[in-house]
Amino acid sequence: MSAAFVAVYTRDIRLALRRRVEALLPVVFFVVAVSLFPVGVGPEPQTLRVIAAGVVWVCALLASMLSVANLYALDHSDGSLEQMLLSGHPPTVIAAAKAAAHWTTTGAPLVLAAPVIGLLLDMSPAALATLVAALLLGTPVLSLLGGVGAALTLGLRSAGVLLILLILPLTIPALIFGSGAVGAVDSGISASGHFSLLGALLIFTALIAPLATAVALRIALE
Amino acid sequence: MSSLRWSTFSAPSRFYALVNVLNPWLWGLAIALTLAGLYMGFFVAPVDATQGNSYRIIFIHVPAAWLSMVLYLAMAFWAAIGWMLNARMASMLARAIAPTGAVFTFLALWTGSFWGKPTWGTWWVWDARLTSELILLFLYLGYIALVSSIDDAVRGDKAGAVLALVGAVNVPIIYFSVVWWNTLHQGATISMTAAPKMAQTMLMAMLLMTLAFWAYAFAVVFTRAQALAVEREGHADWVRMVARKELQ
Repeated sequence: MSAAFVAVYTRDIRLALRRRVEALLPVVFFVVAVSLFPVGVGPEPQTLRVIAAGVVWVCALLASMLSVANLYALDHSDGSLEQMLLSGHPPTVIAAAKAAAHWTTTGAPLVLAAPVIGLLLDMSPAALATLVAALLLGTPVLSLLGGVGAALTLGLRSAGVLLILLILPLTIPALIFGSGAVGAVDSGISASGHFSLLGALLIFTALIAPLATAVALRIALE
Repeated sequence: MSSLRWSTFSAPSRFYALVNVLNPWLWGLAIALTLAGLYMGFFVAPVDATQGNSYRIIFIHVPAAWLSMVLYLAMAFWAAIGWMLNARMASMLARAIAPTGAVFTFLALWTGSFWGKPTWGTWWVWDARLTSELILLFLYLGYIALVSSIDDAVRGDKAGAVLALVGAVNVPIIYFSVVWWNTLHQGATISMTAAPKMAQTMLMAMLLMTLAFWAYAFAVVFTRAQALAVEREGHADWVRMVARKELQ
């Protein structure tokens, strides 16, 4: 079971490493999208500091959703997804491995890029540290939920937009607690409550989402 | 007629016949209750001490908001039944509920904003209830978009069921996170639970309107389910019989 997880995970990482520019696109999108906000809202540091955490979170969310649309689509079109599901390994494990690989190639770079982006928005060091920790807990939730959406919309004509419409409402709790943690630190309260809730959300999603993804994959390939 | 079992009306042909019997009553009930409820609400119920006449939108707003939430659960329930028991009619019922649920959610938001303007002085506040109702609308739209963009009916039903169930599991999480977010971001806005006790006639009018909306929801969902059944079972003998009877 864990062998299947490792095999799918390393395969996806290897594929991403062979298409480096493509793998970096979500982070580039993230950086470009965030830097649009000062241009749109105005360069005043006070304003930017207030909206910084929310802007970073929303852009990370969109970057995850845009990149997750291809999570199963490419494997589906060349037939390897069907082979994976026929291999006899539990589809839940495959779904979990795919989500983990998506987080490693997309979520982790977002977390790494966030402090630099935060500096551009004039965030304080304490707020930056909180933002990184919150993203570390929250971005796996986005990859897991995105996997469900990618499986549900597999092979559909308007899969990309549809996936965003389906999954964004479900990501709202992660957004609330993720940006709320930074807000709490900014107003001098401990963010531990937010982190606990984000952690609980991550555990809950990790238990439910791979199951739902596996079921959705089976429905899509019937 | 053979004896009734719990699954009797899961056959589309029997469901179709049942709805033909029920629907005139449901439509009649919906119209009669709406007339009675609106009369009670607009002419009998007293003017509110603090809000004047503007509160009267409550007779549409609150029943619509109730139904919008109940219908989502009903939709998820029937989608799950249809998926797990392979019951075609249950899946069609789930599909039929979705647009009505979305309409009631939109109605609740719209009347809420009409109510908000005179009482709160703004069309919209990011209050926990308003925000979660808005998210509910997004969930409905997502379900409708998913099932209608899958060409294969069976796959659409099953995928819709997965989405509706994931949504139903998430609804409490979303609701409580929104409540918490709201209390973090702003002080206490106007709380509807703290409103003074309602007059008997107001409560009566609201009850009538709620029942009217229920009757309407049943009628329109059944009609839509009938249409779906005829559309999908076009190859079956019973649809041919229906068509012939109506042509004669």
